[in-house]
Amino acid sequence: MAEIKPEKFEKVLTKYVDQEGSASLDFYRGHGGYEAAERVLKELKPDEVIETVKDSSLRGRGGAGFPCGLKWSFVPKDTDKPKYLVVNADESEPGTFKDRVIMERDPHQLIEGSLISAYALDSHICYIYIRGEYYDGFLAMQKAIDEAYEAGILGENVLGTGFRLDMTMHRGAGAYICGEETGLLSSLEGKRGLPKIKPPFPAVEGLFRCPTVVNNVETLSCVTHIFDRGVDWFKSIGPPEGPGPKLLCVSGHVERPGTYEVPMGINLLDLVNNHAGGIWKGNKLKAIIPGGSSAKILTAEECDVGMDYESLAAKDTMLGSGGVIVMDDKTDMVDALYNLLRFYAHESCGQCTPCREGTGWLQKICGRILHGDGRPEDPDMMLDLSKKMCGRTICVLADAAAFPCESIVSKFRAEFDEKIEAGDGHERTVHLGGPLVQPGALSAHNQERLDELQGGH
Amino acid sequence: MSDAPAVKKKFSNKGLEFIEWLLGRYPNKQAALLPVLRLAEEEFGNIDNDSVMLVAETLELSPGYVWGVLTFYTHYRREGDGKYLLQVCSTLPCALRGCRDIQHRLEEKLGIEAGETTEDGLFTLKKVECLGSCDTAPVVQVNEKYHENLDIEELDRLLETLRG
Repeated sequence: MAEIKPEKFEKVLTKYVDQEGSASLDFYRGHGGYEAAERVLKELKPDEVIETVKDSSLRGRGGAGFPCGLKWSFVPKDTDKPKYLVVNADESEPGTFKDRVIMERDPHQLIEGSLISAYALDSHICYIYIRGEYYDGFLAMQKAIDEAYEAGILGENVLGTGFRLDMTMHRGAGAYICGEETGLLSSLEGKRGLPKIKPPFPAVEGLFRCPTVVNNVETLSCVTHIFDRGVDWFKSIGPPEGPGPKLLCVSGHVERPGTYEVPMGINLLDLVNNHAGGIWKGNKLKAIIPGGSSAKILTAEECDVGMDYESLAAKDTMLGSGGVIVMDDKTDMVDALYNLLRFYAHESCGQCTPCREGTGWLQKICGRILHGDGRPEDPDMMLDLSKKMCGRTICVLADAAAFPCESIVSKFRAEFDEKIEAGDGHERTVHLGGPLVQPGALSAHNQERLDELQGGH
Repeated sequence: MSDAPAVKKKFSNKGLEFIEWLLGRYPNKQAALLPVLRLAEEEFGNIDNDSVMLVAETLELSPGYVWGVLTFYTHYRREGDGKYLLQVCSTLPCALRGCRDIQHRLEEKLGIEAGETTEDGLFTLKKVECLGSCDTAPVVQVNEKYHENLDIEELDRLLETLRG
């Protein structure tokens, strides 16, 4: 593993985000913006661009961590069909809010990265699919795109090179599943955001059944800096299996929640204690979900780990989207899990039975434990169900629900058993999960009808 | 059936220009459905049956298809929603930092539960999933704007401002 020297680390993705006017083209160009793209378009062949990105070992920042250059190389070269570049700006994984910073505060680095990528892919159409809630991000991106067209950076003759690229913002409308790349493509086609079976992979048959590359905002922004500062610079940061600067989003029970740009591989405890100011209110750490809500949870004892793809995989969890959700020792883990399970049950698109039914069942079982109606066999049933949901569906939403469930139930089993044992008498407050619907409860109207019916016998 | 149901609404001229531009950005009309639904939301304040008919006619889709897509997504403003749509983020990172208190306070002050609209049509309260603003939790999105790092006092002030 390459040595990481945090003291020498220089931010690039968020270097200017706190400065006045950082989103404007003038500001961006004033700090060397679009020089890398101009050099690439004038001096490199598309294949050389792909090779450079492969060589950089850049891995996807959206969740799956797939090698970026490799993904690009799957796009067929001998095709008459148009090729599409789609920027995944859906950022819907709970605990993740990094792409928002880029789009609101430094959108031109995303446009430049997309421009370089589109050139490499021989793509002339780029869509940026942004979640509907991010209105400020949408406006900032649209303004940046308008500026870029005006300045000849987008359009018919990009930077005077004859390369053509059109870029369009496309707003989503509130659906977690549209962060999944094939769900996103369905949504972009004007359909319900239903994921599609792979293969065919989008690189071969994606948007409008044409070759398509879908990359995350942060991934494409990294491309800009790889060509600006060079592959050697990029590879000098963090472990060789997946180097580079990384945006980590720290939320939950810390003194200073926020987006932190750090070298890949930073120690999780260093991040939480030094960057994010430690656990709030002087409380103790209980657990951390390290990579967005779909990642398996780490107990306080397991948190001495490097924040990179391989180190986290060795702990049976993942870097995912970089959403670090911190929980203090006062956190009720049954309550916390119920909250997440409610989320997944709400967001399941409903195509696949193991996911549609599984997420709903998990929510209900966890809910009844939380509610004081748990049964002794419930935790084992949740573990069994989690196991059987994995790998049996079109997309990984089922796995994403099963991972936190399986890990929280098995690592904090005692809390579940305690609640079940305490049974009916325990206090029925729900702090994190929201109000519960009593299983089998009847509305006043239906209860009246039932009473009437039974009274008639 | 020769008599198709009449479409009662019309987009503004500016809206039609925008649709013209949109259609140039996609290889088919269907792909413009989400942005055109957004336009309907912007022009009419929400999306009702008449808006669905109009969008369907504009993009040469069936009203049933448009309805099917519309109802898959939760972020469009629908018929009956109040002037201010208060969306309280309720997912774990916000829950860890007290969004339940925010929701309770709103329910108490407005006299409605999540999912309901006040009688004067001013506020609709919705409990929503992760808004992607976990570092500034708890968060309430009012129409398009995020209100972040809320506490009870801040929330009360916000309601007063909205009531005007």
